[in-house]
Amino acid sequence: MSEEANLGPATIENVRHAKELRLFFRVFLNRGVVVFGMVIILLFIIAAIFAPWLAPYNPDKIDMNNSLLQPGKAHWLGTDSLGRDTFSRTIYGTRVSMLIGLVVVVLSAIVGMALGLIAGYFGGWTRAVVMRLIDTLMAFPMILLALLIASLLGGGMNNVVMALAFAMVPIYARLMCGQVMSVKENDYILAGRSMGASHIRIMFRHLAPNCFPPLIVMMTMMLGTTILAEAGLSFLGIGVQAPTPTWGNMVNDGRQYLLTNPVLSFAPGLAIMLMVYAFNMVGDGLRDALDPQLRGVI
Amino acid sequence: MTTYIIRRLILAVIVLFLVSLFVFLAMRLLPGDPVLMYMSASSVQEITEEQLDEVRHQFGLDKTLPMQYFDWITGVFRGDLGRSILNRSPVIQEILRRLPITFHLGVLAFIIAIVIGIPAGVLCAVRRGGWLDNFVTTLANIGITVPVFWLGIILIYVFALYFRWLPVMGYTSPFENFWLSTKQIIMPVFCLALGPIAGNARQARSSMLEVIRKDYIRTAWSKGLRERAIIMKHALKNGMMPVVTLSGMGVGTILGGAVLIEQVFNIPGMGRLAVTSVMNQDYPYVQAVALIMAISIVFSNLLVDISYGWFDPRVHYD
Repeated sequence: MSEEANLGPATIENVRHAKELRLFFRVFLNRGVVVFGMVIILLFIIAAIFAPWLAPYNPDKIDMNNSLLQPGKAHWLGTDSLGRDTFSRTIYGTRVSMLIGLVVVVLSAIVGMALGLIAGYFGGWTRAVVMRLIDTLMAFPMILLALLIASLLGGGMNNVVMALAFAMVPIYARLMCGQVMSVKENDYILAGRSMGASHIRIMFRHLAPNCFPPLIVMMTMMLGTTILAEAGLSFLGIGVQAPTPTWGNMVNDGRQYLLTNPVLSFAPGLAIMLMVYAFNMVGDGLRDALDPQLRGVI
Repeated sequence: MTTYIIRRLILAVIVLFLVSLFVFLAMRLLPGDPVLMYMSASSVQEITEEQLDEVRHQFGLDKTLPMQYFDWITGVFRGDLGRSILNRSPVIQEILRRLPITFHLGVLAFIIAIVIGIPAGVLCAVRRGGWLDNFVTTLANIGITVPVFWLGIILIYVFALYFRWLPVMGYTSPFENFWLSTKQIIMPVFCLALGPIAGNARQARSSMLEVIRKDYIRTAWSKGLRERAIIMKHALKNGMMPVVTLSGMGVGTILGGAVLIEQVFNIPGMGRLAVTSVMNQDYPYVQAVALIMAISIVFSNLLVDISYGWFDPRVHYD
């Protein structure tokens, strides 16, 4: 809508938007599990940001006199073989999972959507080539692909992010391509073309926004998948390197003391599960809320 | 139908070619000179430039990249996957030893995922909103979120260390000692199957719910058919298409799970080989494992596509 448009339609538009938004939230927050998921995510975000204030101990502080303590008053979840506080390490582990999850999802979504947009919009050979590349990458189990790339690049946070993002790109590209192909059949795209809009303008102003809802759901779900994959990599010892506490390497470290100190493995694993569950539930809720049929708009 | 299958086959061949190219190139990009690694692995102290060249020549690494690819891929067709950098043993021997192990676990997990997952999902859809639906849906939602390696560790703690019902880890061939083998694979197979079970159940539920709303189901009800006939004959056949796709994708999930689970349970299969050879930078092994896993996935996708065309005559290749 241009600047000098009269107030009438704009206000109507706003009212409609507000109504849509209210409907969206009503459906979204309708289910208990979705609210539960939101609360869990919020708690994890707080834990990640305020880790230094929330954690009772320094997560990397080695204290051999207090190694392998059972959960108790001083150490809520006990200590590991180097005397580090498990509770503090679990809190700090939130940072790695959250950060990697977010960065990977944003990176892979941008690249994947761009690829899907181009492939779906131009079709023909472009699409054939992109789709075959996607098929190729999807022929590898995701964790194997990430493992391969991480080993090519070497360990470390940045490389794990690159490896995971690379492994996730095809999923977005495929979804976006399908979306674009169905949305571009709409008359408004044809109208845009006949008014002389450029390919770029049509792709980014008209196609992309209308392809968004399923991709937002996908991104939320993929946060969970990414966090699981990152945990898997660091469980295998290929992800973020020690001593940085990650939930994956904590589970692995705890394995040796399973018989005497099971909490060392249990606690971080439970955290992974809770976080992934929360993101999946919120993704489910978003899907329902973004579905015009379920929202009652249509 | 025939053209559909032929076109699918051609696509699969193209993807297989790209897969082999990807695997080949990825390994050429690995950090470190494989020749140097080979030389140091065979504990040669002083390496002259000539010796290096000789080994390079021996491995064909002095040829151009396309020629190297050609040599490698023709070798693959002959069943020659090269030799290990670490111990020089032929890769194919090790693969043939490990492949049946992962196959054993994977096939069982795949079957269990279908046998438990699909009926559970269908039941949920038929009794939508009931306690069974809520219970199974919650379980399925948890099932797709559990980190498999962690689940494996918990199972080990509970069933092997605490109750001592099952052996902690390891693998025995079922032909050698069937009872021990079965006891050993219960936990890993369950871990591998859990994700696909949950996925199948969710997919079966949602696609059945979709089908149940359709007009022809209402027609079937109004004809006075019994529920059993409606579900089994009218709804199931139409609702199973997305489930078939997802089950096919389960092959990838299971193989990916094997990478982690074989590590947890100390099972000498393909997944474990992938991890150890990546760690050792033993690239002929990495190549072989990646190639074989990708081939299995491409073939299972091909089977899904073909069965799609077979189940649903409306499917046409676009």
